[in-house]
Amino acid sequence: MSLETERARSEPRSAEPIRQPRLGPAGWARWAWRRLTSMRTALALLALLALAAVPGSLLPQRGISPADVAGFRERYPTVFPWLDRLGFFEVYSAPWFAAVYLLLLVSLTGCVLPRCRQLWRGWRAGPPAPPPSLARYTERQAWTTTRAASDVLAQAATELRRRRFRVRSEPDAVTAEKGGLRELGNLSFHLSLLVLLVGVAVGSLYGFEGRVIVVEGAGFTNTRTQYDDFVGGPWVDETNLEPFAFTLDSFSARYETSGPQTGTPRDFSAKIAYDADLDGDSRPFEIRVNRPLVVGGTKVFLTGNGYAVDVTVRDGSGEPVFAGPVVFLPLDGNLTSDGVIKVPDARPVELGFEGLFLPTASFEDTGPRSVFPQLLEPQLLLNAWTGDLGLSSGTPQSVYVLDTSGMEQVMVDGEPFTQALRVGETMTLPGGQGSVTFDGVSRFANFQIAYDPGKEISLVAALLLLAGLTASLTVRHRRVVVRVRPGSDGTTSVEAGSLGLTRLGPPSGELARITTTIGAPAADDEPTKE
Amino acid sequence: MPADITLGQLSNLLVYSAMAVYALAMVGYALDSALAARPSARPALAGVAVALPRPERTGRVATSLTVLAFGLHASGVVLRAAAAGRVPWGNMYEFATTGALAATAAYLFFMRRYPLRDLGAWVVGVVLLTLGLSVTVLYTPAGDLVPALDSYWLVIHVIAAIVSGGIFTVGALAAALYLLRRRSAATLERVVHVTHLFAFPLWTFAIIAGAIWAENAWGRYWGWDPKEVWSFVTWVLYAAYLHAQATAGWRGRRATWFALAGYVAFVFNFFGVNMWITGLHSYAGV
Repeated sequence: MSLETERARSEPRSAEPIRQPRLGPAGWARWAWRRLTSMRTALALLALLALAAVPGSLLPQRGISPADVAGFRERYPTVFPWLDRLGFFEVYSAPWFAAVYLLLLVSLTGCVLPRCRQLWRGWRAGPPAPPPSLARYTERQAWTTTRAASDVLAQAATELRRRRFRVRSEPDAVTAEKGGLRELGNLSFHLSLLVLLVGVAVGSLYGFEGRVIVVEGAGFTNTRTQYDDFVGGPWVDETNLEPFAFTLDSFSARYETSGPQTGTPRDFSAKIAYDADLDGDSRPFEIRVNRPLVVGGTKVFLTGNGYAVDVTVRDGSGEPVFAGPVVFLPLDGNLTSDGVIKVPDARPVELGFEGLFLPTASFEDTGPRSVFPQLLEPQLLLNAWTGDLGLSSGTPQSVYVLDTSGMEQVMVDGEPFTQALRVGETMTLPGGQGSVTFDGVSRFANFQIAYDPGKEISLVAALLLLAGLTASLTVRHRRVVVRVRPGSDGTTSVEAGSLGLTRLGPPSGELARITTTIGAPAADDEPTKE
Repeated sequence: MPADITLGQLSNLLVYSAMAVYALAMVGYALDSALAARPSARPALAGVAVALPRPERTGRVATSLTVLAFGLHASGVVLRAAAAGRVPWGNMYEFATTGALAATAAYLFFMRRYPLRDLGAWVVGVVLLTLGLSVTVLYTPAGDLVPALDSYWLVIHVIAAIVSGGIFTVGALAAALYLLRRRSAATLERVVHVTHLFAFPLWTFAIIAGAIWAENAWGRYWGWDPKEVWSFVTWVLYAAYLHAQATAGWRGRRATWFALAGYVAFVFNFFGVNMWITGLHSYAGV
């Protein structure tokens, strides 16, 4: 609410009804536009924007951690649907969040465009004519000299030009201005936010981000179907991704082996061979954290790692029906990992295994867990299920979760059948239902693959923003006037003044330095300062 | 490179000594403010020549102690860097000790231009509190970096955040003092404004450098990770402060609330986000 309306309300009512001018649609539009582009509105919107951003850091977000959103739904089933309806799990793409920043951008555009015009006109016009009086000027100095007035003015103009002022010479005065860069910086700062919006928009329309897990020895080709997870903008051409492929030759990790930080990672490295144009020509490369592989505009990042267990499963008939590495996902920093093995080809019944993999196994009172991330004492703990895996129903399933609704757990003496396997050991299911052999362990690496064609635009915007901001906060826009009046006795009286055109007045002592060079008496008495 | 244990212990010793001297300095500043506030101590006794009024001397001693503590503190930080063989801001302990150093540096720097002694007890108090938390709750022995932090952007991005944080700290304390009392309000308001004029572009740079690093580490320059959210909130609130300073009817006290809110967001981003919220910036333990 503005001060004006409050004042209007508090005015005493007169006996006669007040006939107020009516606003037509154009009038209302102009009123709304004025309101929207006012500084108060901008302030309110800034405060609102800060407030609106907060819930996204406190509540789990779909785009960042969908699993946590599901967890939240289970824990708070009553509030979840309401928060979800209001977009609290996708705050940064919620309409109300967009409304705040778009209104803010419209507001600043409306504020900045007229100022651009003003700046342009001001620049074209140059410094204004000298004022009739220097009384308003914050620093002033006056003295008399025997030199000719024109001499003093010419020297003043030269000195001011040397100091990179824009100078306007009149017969009896010189006006000069410096620091117009400040307003230019201010405007470029605000306009760069619009450029930034364009960069972000291009990125989210044409860019994508995908994730894939690759086990040592396996490969990846950059096509949509090979991704485990792919989030792309609406205008991404999924059939036309950057053509490249790579194989993960080996993955190595180094950890702190002693001291209080034992087990803390120190170095991860994925050695790959990549084929940049799919022409069969592959080159070696080492992807590390903070050191992605760059192919064209697409980047491949190493974001995580873990273990895959190599197993061979035989069914009741003794035939091997499954062999190969199975990815187990890490649960903690010491790579205690869990995973499932699904064997739909086993006969007479399908087999499923659930288990934990422990690179350095420990079975203390807290239960089985790993105590170090390297393979010091690798063990695989499995329990078994028989029945229908549910794969034929057509409903998509996670490869990391066993759907046990159609299955029965294998029991021995009323207890779930469980065994801890070392490499080379075999677990044989009771009743001749089959067996599983733990053949070995390999590493897998998580890769994040990203393409963002808008990032260069955003970078330019960011640099423009920073430069504009710095100029607008540090440059001092000021005006200096030197005026002469011939005295009656042949002397000339000179008056000089400087005025800050923004809050941070002119640099201290600048006027004194200028006047000294044009013949003012040495500054043993300071210029008057108000 | 393995950490040098002897150097690390020496660094701890220096930080402890700095804390002791800071404590003395804080007492000195508190005494100085108390004496200055006492009407009888003012040298306003007409005609009586007061050579060096008492508060003046107390304040000077406190400032000298602060400079001494700063020296010890800085040596502690440098030795920590030598012990770890890298920049001294690779975990929360190091960020807090170096950040506190930046706050003292900012205070001493701005004191050369503005009469800031009334602020001394508060700045030194906050520095002492931060160091106290660092050596107890946040302490981690010197060691190598986790792979996520092993990048030259760590040097650029984090130092910008630390330096702007130090200046924001002085600005926020000046803001709080300005809101609390009327005495020397004009000077305090000017200090609040100038510190934020300095720190805001630096903070902007820290965010931009962080975004470039994020692009180089995760493939996206902005992903609304909790740390990013709170640095954005901080930035918007400080931007609001600077805008309010240019808005009629908001300049002064009302605007200053925005600056304080910005600092609260900044502090929460360091302590709150690191300790209670998991995100991509959760690493290196506490």
